[in-house]
Amino acid sequence: MSIDWTIIETAIPLLARGTVVTLQISVVAGILACMIGFTLGLAALSNIAALRWIVAAYVDFVRGTPLLIQVFLVFFALPVIGIRFDEIWAGIIALAFNTSAYIAETVRGGVGSVERGQTEAAKSIGMFRWQILTYILLPQALRPMVPPLTNELISMTKNTSLLSVISVYELTRAGQAIISVHFVPFEIYLLLALYYYALIKALSYLSRFIESRMPAL
Amino acid sequence: MTPDNQVPALRVVGLSKTFGTKTVLRDVDLEVRKGETVVVIGASGSGKTTLLRCVSHLEIPDTGLVDVDGRSVGRVAIPGGWKDASERQLAIQRRGIGFVFQRFNLFPHLTALDNVAIGLRRVRGIAKKAARERAAEHLRKVFLTDHLDKRPAELSGGQQQRVAIARAIAMEPTIILFDEPTSALDPELVREVLDAIRVLAAGGMTSVIVTHEMSFARQVANRVIYMDEGAIVEQGTPVDLFGSPREPRTRRFLEHFTTPDAKAAP
Repeated sequence: MSIDWTIIETAIPLLARGTVVTLQISVVAGILACMIGFTLGLAALSNIAALRWIVAAYVDFVRGTPLLIQVFLVFFALPVIGIRFDEIWAGIIALAFNTSAYIAETVRGGVGSVERGQTEAAKSIGMFRWQILTYILLPQALRPMVPPLTNELISMTKNTSLLSVISVYELTRAGQAIISVHFVPFEIYLLLALYYYALIKALSYLSRFIESRMPAL
Repeated sequence: MTPDNQVPALRVVGLSKTFGTKTVLRDVDLEVRKGETVVVIGASGSGKTTLLRCVSHLEIPDTGLVDVDGRSVGRVAIPGGWKDASERQLAIQRRGIGFVFQRFNLFPHLTALDNVAIGLRRVRGIAKKAARERAAEHLRKVFLTDHLDKRPAELSGGQQQRVAIARAIAMEPTIILFDEPTSALDPELVREVLDAIRVLAAGGMTSVIVTHEMSFARQVANRVIYMDEGAIVEQGTPVDLFGSPREPRTRRFLEHFTTPDAKAAP
C-alpha cells in the first residue's frame, strides 16, 4: 500500500472549494436552525396547549424519521406540490428544520431546568409568564445550553455530507468527484475525514470560547 | 379591631389546602390590619409556610377566599358570580403581595441593584435610570449602600436576604409575607436581617412573618399566631401568648424555647 501523493496535491485545492460550500451551508442552516429552534422551544413553554402540542408533534416527527428521508422530502417531494428549491437551498432547509427540532428540545429543557424558586420569585413581584421567561429564565439558561447546542451544530455540520446525494457540491461530493475520476478512495476518504475533523475542532473551540465569555452565574 | 373606615390589608376566610391525602391547611381565617406585624409560629409541618404560599397563590388553595386591600386574589368577578383568575390576572393581583423566601431566590444573573430594579422596570414600567435610583433608595432602607453592583453569589446570605427584602418592598405591596426569612442563614447573619425587618415594621410596613426566632417575634409582633396541624390554635399579643398561653398545645410548643431570653417578659 503506497500513498499517491500527487493525487493528494491535486485534491487539496479541489476539496478546499467543497469545504467552502460545506461551511456556507453549515453557517446558513445553523443560523436558521437556531432561530427556528429557539422559537419552537419557547412555544413549547407557552401556556397555550395547542402551541405546545404542535411543537411536540414536530419534534416527534423529526426525531422519528431519518435525515436522509427529510432531505428527499424537501428536494423530491415538495416540488410535486409546487414548492421547488435548488439543491443547496433544499439541503439547507432540510438541515435547518431537522436541527431546529433538537435545539427546541434543548431550549425547553434548559429553561425548564432553572430552579423553581426563580419562577416563584418573579411571580411574587407580579411578572407575567412571558416576562419571567424573557428576563429571568432564558438569561440563566443560555450558558448551560451552549454545550448541548454545540453538539447539535456539530452533528448538523457533519450531516451536510448527506447532501452529496442530492448533488450539492460540498466537501463529500467534491471528494467523490475526484474518486470517480482517479479511483483513489483511500487517499481521498482519509483527506475528507481530516477536513471534517478540522472543521469540527474549529467549531468546538469557538463554542468553548463563547461559553467562557458568557457571564457565569 | 378594624376601624370601620379602614379595609384590612389582608383578609383570609376558610383557607384549606390538601397535598395528596395530607391536609396542610384546615379552614384558616386571618385578618391583618394595615400597619400590623403578625408573626406566625409553630412546629415544622404545621402549615405556616403553606398558609403564606396560599395567600400569595404561589400555591392555589383548595377552598377559601383571599382579599388584599379589599380586592380578591385568585378569583375575578363575572356577571352573576366569580371565576378563578387566569394566570395573567393572578400576576396582576399578586402585585399587592410581597414575598420574601426562605432561600432568598435572588436572580443570580442580575446585580443586587438590578434585582430590585427589574420589578420597577418590567412590572411598573419605570424608566431604567429612575428605576435604579429608586432601587438604590430601597436598598438603603435595608442598610445596603455598598455592593450594589455585585451579583448575589458575591454577597453573604444576610446581604442576599436584605436584597430580597428590598426587592419586595420596592413594589410597594399592601402586605409582605416573610417565609422563615432567617432559617437559611448562618447564625451570625441572622441579626442584620431581623434588624432590617424590625426597622421596616416600625416604619409602617404591613407583614406576616413566619419565623422560629421567638425573641424577635416578641419584640416586633403586634400579634402572634400559633399554628398546629394546619389550623390556628391560638393568637394574641406577644405578652399574652408568650406570657400566659391558654392552650396546652401552645404551652407545650413554647416549652421547647427555654432560653432565658425567650422566657423573660418583653
